[in-house]
Amino acid sequence: MSGTFVGMPAFPTAAREALGDTQLRRNLAHATHTIRDKRARVVAEVEDWEDLRLSGAGVKEAALRDLATHLETLEASLVRAGATVHWARDAEEACAIVASVARSHGADEVVKVKSMATQEIGLNEALEAEGIAAWETDLAELIVQLGEDLPSHILVPAIHRNRAEIREIFMRRMADVGRAAPDDLTDEPAVLAGAAREHLREKFLRARVAVSGANFAVADTGTLVVVESEGNGRMCLTLPDVLVSVVGIEKVVATWSDLDPMLRLLPRSSTGERMNPYTSTWSGVTPGDGPQEVHVVLLDNGRTRALADDVGRQALRCIRCSACLNVCPVYERVGGHAYGSVYPGPIGAILNPLLRGVSDEQTASLPYASSLCGACFEVCPVRIDIPSVLVDQRAAVVDSHRGDRVPKAEAVAMRAAAWTFSDSRRLRWAERASGLAGRVIGRFSRTSLPGGRPAAGRLPGPAACWTGARDLPAPPAESFREWWDRTDGGRDGGGS
Amino acid sequence: MSARDEILGRVRAALADVSPAVSVPAAPRVPDRGDLAALFVERVEDYRAVVTRCTADELAGVVAGVLGGASSVVPPALGLDVPGAVVDDGLTSAELDRVDAVVTRARVGIAETGTIVLDHAPDQGRRAISLVPDLHVCIVAADQVVADVPDAIAVLDPARPLTWISGPSATSDIELDRVEGVHGPRTLHVVLVG
Repeated sequence: MSGTFVGMPAFPTAAREALGDTQLRRNLAHATHTIRDKRARVVAEVEDWEDLRLSGAGVKEAALRDLATHLETLEASLVRAGATVHWARDAEEACAIVASVARSHGADEVVKVKSMATQEIGLNEALEAEGIAAWETDLAELIVQLGEDLPSHILVPAIHRNRAEIREIFMRRMADVGRAAPDDLTDEPAVLAGAAREHLREKFLRARVAVSGANFAVADTGTLVVVESEGNGRMCLTLPDVLVSVVGIEKVVATWSDLDPMLRLLPRSSTGERMNPYTSTWSGVTPGDGPQEVHVVLLDNGRTRALADDVGRQALRCIRCSACLNVCPVYERVGGHAYGSVYPGPIGAILNPLLRGVSDEQTASLPYASSLCGACFEVCPVRIDIPSVLVDQRAAVVDSHRGDRVPKAEAVAMRAAAWTFSDSRRLRWAERASGLAGRVIGRFSRTSLPGGRPAAGRLPGPAACWTGARDLPAPPAESFREWWDRTDGGRDGGGS
Repeated sequence: MSARDEILGRVRAALADVSPAVSVPAAPRVPDRGDLAALFVERVEDYRAVVTRCTADELAGVVAGVLGGASSVVPPALGLDVPGAVVDDGLTSAELDRVDAVVTRARVGIAETGTIVLDHAPDQGRRAISLVPDLHVCIVAADQVVADVPDAIAVLDPARPLTWISGPSATSDIELDRVEGVHGPRTLHVVLVG
């Protein structure tokens, strides 16, 4: 039903298109600024925020560094609590497990709590191929699904849509898949939310199988945690007979008390609230209350690949709060779709290459989708040093091209530079050439930099992309060594 | 090889050179907030929930007043006479959907965040009864209120299903404009006793 990210263009191409969409930029600027201000206000309320961050980072880092032990403990406690545990190496395996659970109950539909892991594995499309409809029940996900659109933000997937667009989607599509939108639907947020409530309630009341993710999985107690606002999570986790939770293996924390810093950090960082309206925790099956058949799918899908990267490993601490998206100057202008993944923004720019490798052009473009300003690290509640990982992933992209039969222009230029700089005569010759170029540009240049220095315009050939967005200062007419020879290091008084 | 063994093998291989010993810095405690009940009331109201304070003797009257004749469901061991209420004995979701209100007790109140936590003991009932009806009247005793999240974590039993509630159901998915009342109860009325 909804679109997929497969075949998305590389970031620069997608970003250029997004930058041309003024409506999108207006929607994004409004949303990111609103949520940024809210977050700053509630974070300022906490006196020891930095200590809380250190504690949150420590909880996740400790869990990751001994992950195999914690996963075995988690499995044992889940089984003891009455859950069935499955392991999935990749997306295909995880989707097949969910489909087989749904089929074993003869279900032709499931209700879903918003979950990044199930989006990542393309669960809705996989279930659809099996003849099982997957209904998204988070309001934003419903908007994305009905609009046959793609999510563009981790927390508010329909952030790129305004109220008028949402009303139009509800009017056009709701009737096709269930209860129609009322004829007098306005674009008031409360009225739109009311229409979603009516539309989804009939699905909640009849659904027999639900699918969720988990924000945290506590190893020693086998407890899963889902954090949400609307109550759709509670509906899915409580009313159906069968619950399947798809949980990334990095979601594990060691002990029940480890939830303390996490539940203080997450709501303030993500929605800018002291606490989100609803948090549900459950350990396996509770007789007489909630689903009586509970499955947990522990998902790898590239996480062990990321875990093996000693710089990038810290990205697995991510608790999907999306604070880094809301402060990112790049995200704010291009939006989430340009990143071509369910994980957009700064965290997506490192998580996607870490999970999938940099062998395809689209993923390899992501570490460059950043100005390295560092705002993402400052807001990250678990202190992921995103700028350092971005730089490291850029190195990984360069390394991946070392064996190319046709080297990249950049590699050719660097090799030529190395050849030139390694010999003083060659360097002198190159300086003369650049001095000549500087004099020519100085005479004909129509642009100048602050301070009056002439700038080269757009250069031809491989440098065109670089100079298309930057002013290249004209090389100085006289090199340092020529100046030194002429003035004997300034002692002849000829310096200027 | 099974998926389980393969994934655990990959995890061990990825961490072969990593020492597991990381000391986790203790989470900071919150400063003394003084009157917890007063802070609790302020923070719960900040979430646009309604709060009424009363004594144990006034409780039955307050709850009846809040319900104002609406149909209601109560858990089997509420410990309070609510006239006309249906006692939940496993009502279906469709039956619950026809009930206007629910009255429950709670396990913990958290002052700092304005949160109530239900552990679904017999005085609070199954998770479904405090979810489907549109009005949730939740009775919290003043001595159940703790300062912040770590105090709540310390008293809660992870083996029980838990529901943490901070205000009524809400969404900010449309232009980040907060709207109360999506799928859960649209009105949360907290009665603080004592």
